[in-house]
Amino acid sequence: MASLTLPRTSHASFQNGMRRSAPLALSVAAYGLVWGALAGQAGLGLAETGLMSGLVFAGAAQFVVLNLWTATAALPLGAIAAATLIVNLRFVLMSASMLPLFEREHTRGRWAKAFLISDENWALTSAEQAQGRGSVGFLLGGGALVYLAWLASTVVGRIAGAAIGDPARWGLDFAFTATFLALLLGMWKGKASLMPWIVAAGTAVLAQALLPGKWFIVVGGLSGSLAGAWQTEPAR
Amino acid sequence: MRAEAVVAIVAMAGITWGLRAGGLALARRLPQQGRIARALQQMPGCVMAALVAPAVAQGGPAEAAAALATAAVMFTTRSLPAAMAVGVAAVAGARQWLA
Repeated sequence: MASLTLPRTSHASFQNGMRRSAPLALSVAAYGLVWGALAGQAGLGLAETGLMSGLVFAGAAQFVVLNLWTATAALPLGAIAAATLIVNLRFVLMSASMLPLFEREHTRGRWAKAFLISDENWALTSAEQAQGRGSVGFLLGGGALVYLAWLASTVVGRIAGAAIGDPARWGLDFAFTATFLALLLGMWKGKASLMPWIVAAGTAVLAQALLPGKWFIVVGGLSGSLAGAWQTEPAR
Repeated sequence: MRAEAVVAIVAMAGITWGLRAGGLALARRLPQQGRIARALQQMPGCVMAALVAPAVAQGGPAEAAAALATAAVMFTTRSLPAAMAVGVAAVAGARQWLA
């Protein structure tokens, strides 16, 4: 609805952003169906599923939190908050890189609009930006479509999940691992990634054996990043 | 809805939105190089690695084979949905076959 109040050029770029992000939104929807089905297995109700997707709108963090979710016992709120923070820290870097667009257009309400920055429309807008194009409207158009795809597909997945029955029978219990392995490999940035990932993987396996609950996610994620920070600095 | 679940969801939402808006607010003050910048850049990948490694380490041969299949498809197609689908199908098939 915000789009209706935008000036004409913004309106066009909003629609362009939507159009260009359509293939990405489709893959988000596939991923959302799986998340919705797994959310049911983890013990989230339909309303909780919709509320989480609608308010949080962050697939990777939502997948991680399913790992922490408990259907009957008390929820580990500290671990849920810590995992959300760590998995989503990347958003700080991503939205920081969008600031030039917001400043150039003197965008109003940028704090609210930042909500629509997701991996997919950010990546698309970054690619545009690298070619001297890209706009806040383009970013938000993509974000709006990805948001709708995520919200709708997770709710549908939650409803359809009940019909699936035991997810292990279809291998769906492995969807989480497969998704994160694929996301991880998609983040490969050359040899600099290797050592931190090995440290993260190794400490996570150790921490899982030694520590209670899901703290291995936080321990592994932090040790790997710190190891990356101490990699050879370029010569001064 | 459990009250506790609503608290968890609202906390997640606040944290996530805060990080998105915080990036715009802090863009000029974020370290562009140095150790902190490098640690931040590595963080998403390391969180993923920390999630995947224990899951694969705990699984049996079917899970290991499916992880390899997922990686192979991701490297060749660069398609997340394709890699997910092959991984799930591979684990379902391998369990039947190896059982």
